[in-house]
Amino acid sequence: MATTLIADAPVDVDDEGFLTDPAQWNEAIAEAIARENGIPQLTDRHWLVVRFMRERYLATGMAPSIRALGKESGVPVKELYELFPKGPAKLAAKIGGIPKPKGCI
Amino acid sequence: MTELLEQPHETTAKPTTIEKVSIVVSKGSLEGIYPALIMANGARMEGIDADLFFTFFGLDAIRKDRFEKIKVATVGNPGMHIPTWIGAVPGMSWLATKMMQRQMEKIDIPPVPEFVELLGDSGVRFFACKATVDMFGLSLEDFVPQVEEIISVGEFYERSAGAEIVFT
Repeated sequence: MATTLIADAPVDVDDEGFLTDPAQWNEAIAEAIARENGIPQLTDRHWLVVRFMRERYLATGMAPSIRALGKESGVPVKELYELFPKGPAKLAAKIGGIPKPKGCI
Repeated sequence: MTELLEQPHETTAKPTTIEKVSIVVSKGSLEGIYPALIMANGARMEGIDADLFFTFFGLDAIRKDRFEKIKVATVGNPGMHIPTWIGAVPGMSWLATKMMQRQMEKIDIPPVPEFVELLGDSGVRFFACKATVDMFGLSLEDFVPQVEEIISVGEFYERSAGAEIVFT
């Protein structure tokens, strides 16, 4: 774990750059992480997924599975992979300032 | 006097990431098919490309007439920890399958048909093994729409260039 500066804010991140304290997150941080991970501009659709991930995590303490994401976020699986080609669940969690999803699904 | 032979030095390259996996599915039981599907899904979730190559009874996972009826093997399966004769009792396989499906649902693992659809939507590519398809007298129409092509082993290796091959 290390403290780093994202969008001029000091945040605690793990080895892979996931925020370890969701409370340190804000939208500017989200946009900076997205840019760094190959998404130049977060669209409304990206935000829909990111917010769903974040809210679900804050409510249940667990990030949703890709199955739940596809069924319940309002964005179907195919589009999820178009929005986040390098892994929707992982990347949306990173951008949303929550820990890396631990599930296998 | 002994002379020490110089050991060849491995070049200390940084461990690279896996970019692609080619997973062979050769078994047709529920516990034979799931690991491959879970590994393919896990690969896509990490941004890794994934091909699934179905051969022998693994083809059951993509056969329209069978993929909704995949069962746990209760006979000849030491992992069940029940005597073989109990495993052979009519309805046992059905019961074990129901129980496993219930557990899978609890941890959010979809049933095989939904899983196949999820993987297709995730960009996993599906192929059927030509030798087995010919042996069983099947054709592309017998498979779910996610199956792109019937390919030979040679073509499988060609497609798998640079990939990690996983046999299940």
